[in-house]
Amino acid sequence: MSEDMNGGMDNTLTDPLSSTNLMSLTIDGQEIQAEKGQTIVQAAQKNGIYIPTLCALHADKESGLKHDLAPGTCRICTVKANGRTTAACTTPISQGLVVENDTPELNDLRKTIVELLFVEGNHFCPSCEKSGSCDLQALAYRYQMLTPRFHYAFTPRKVNADMPKLLWDGNRCILCRRCVLAIRTEEGEPLFVFANRGDKSTITVDTELIQDISEELAQQAMDICPVGAIIRKGKGFDTPFGQRKYDHSPIGSDTACSSGENKAGGEKS
Amino acid sequence: MSKPIIATASLAGCFGCHMSFLDIDERILDLVELVHWGKSPINDIKTFQQDCDIALIEGGCCNDEHIHTLREFRKHCRVLVAVGECAIMGGLPAMRNNIPIKECLEEAYLNSPSTSDANPDRILPNDEELPMLLDKVYPCHEIVKMDYFLPGCPPRADLIYGALTALVTGQEAELPYEVIKFD
Ligand code: SF4
Ligand code: SF4
Ligand code: SF4
Ligand code: FES
Repeated sequence: MSEDMNGGMDNTLTDPLSSTNLMSLTIDGQEIQAEKGQTIVQAAQKNGIYIPTLCALHADKESGLKHDLAPGTCRICTVKANGRTTAACTTPISQGLVVENDTPELNDLRKTIVELLFVEGNHFCPSCEKSGSCDLQALAYRYQMLTPRFHYAFTPRKVNADMPKLLWDGNRCILCRRCVLAIRTEEGEPLFVFANRGDKSTITVDTELIQDISEELAQQAMDICPVGAIIRKGKGFDTPFGQRKYDHSPIGSDTACSSGENKAGGEKS
Repeated sequence: MSKPIIATASLAGCFGCHMSFLDIDERILDLVELVHWGKSPINDIKTFQQDCDIALIEGGCCNDEHIHTLREFRKHCRVLVAVGECAIMGGLPAMRNNIPIKECLEEAYLNSPSTSDANPDRILPNDEELPMLLDKVYPCHEIVKMDYFLPGCPPRADLIYGALTALVTGQEAELPYEVIKFD
């Protein structure tokens, strides 16, 4: 085992494109190859297999990110790796790894996480500008959540409407930490920061820096937030029903994974 | 076997869920073949004449009359279905839940631009005929046990129809992606 790993490393140094830089693993019985150092989520994405994510985000045109984000805060990506439950977005792959992903047990666990997020915040989708394009809501559709199986907490949450271009609504914030990591000024200073701990955890906004952010940064902040917690002021509800991100196909169906399609479509009668 | 009897009620809702139910269009004729109608705003029957099998509840509870009505439905119906966001989680009326009731009433009757001049004696409605407002808007399941939940604001007509016919005919409801929406 350790010999294998050393061999791999030597090869990395001499020839990064050598096939020994690739590792083989299986996800739900399907054998795939991915580069050493990648996480399970990255490996899956590269191979067109859908693992749900809420806090993690891939670097691409749509996200506008230069590097993948994986704060590891939400646990929706939970898989079984060699039989142990773990967050797929923070776990690196290893040679011969056996990953369980799209199983009834794990999908029910993920549905439970979605339900907990719904009862913990105050999610009134009919009045939310992100509705139809919200990742949390889309996951609830994917897992066919008719109602959370827990009682609503109706916790009072803060709303920050003092910013010129943005509105931050704590009722919808799932504390995923994406905005903290990704939204910065040109000098690299963060605009959003985590404050407090435990059930008092919240996002606070740098009131000075936020004053004169560009329209682009404001839009990027709204886009990076997987839910409707960061909303642009002065424009809203501007995408009609039927044209929103998840109006026609479920979240994850763009990663052309066959099981993703029949799970989310609910074709099973 | 005699046909099952359906009842419906609108509590703290906007009647949108009932309207969506009517959006099943001509399929209502199929439904008429399958069920009898009991107490419902659709036929304007106001009291329970006999116990019902299935009740569709729109809206949550924002006053004592809603609580009373909901408990009556629980007593007289076998299966209670929460229809729409308001019944399931309070919906838009529950957005007042984090605002003290005093502030809500003052805003509505004393301080809003449309009422400040119209209410010179600064009266808050307090007739004993009026239902008493609750401190919060409560989802139905916090008051009585609910058996099924159909999300949406309003739920799609296809969702209501599919669920209802499934309940009546004892089959599993078909829930394709398009019918489960929260808005
Ligand atoms: S953030 Fe998403 S889940 Fe929450 S209210 Fe908005 S659309 Fe609904
Ligand atoms: S504001 Fe949005 S991006 Fe930031 S932590 Fe909350 S949910 Fe995540
Ligand atoms: S869920 Fe929507 S449509 Fe139904 S009663 Fe409430 S506000 Fe009206
Ligand atoms: S997506 Fe992996 S922990 Fe959030």
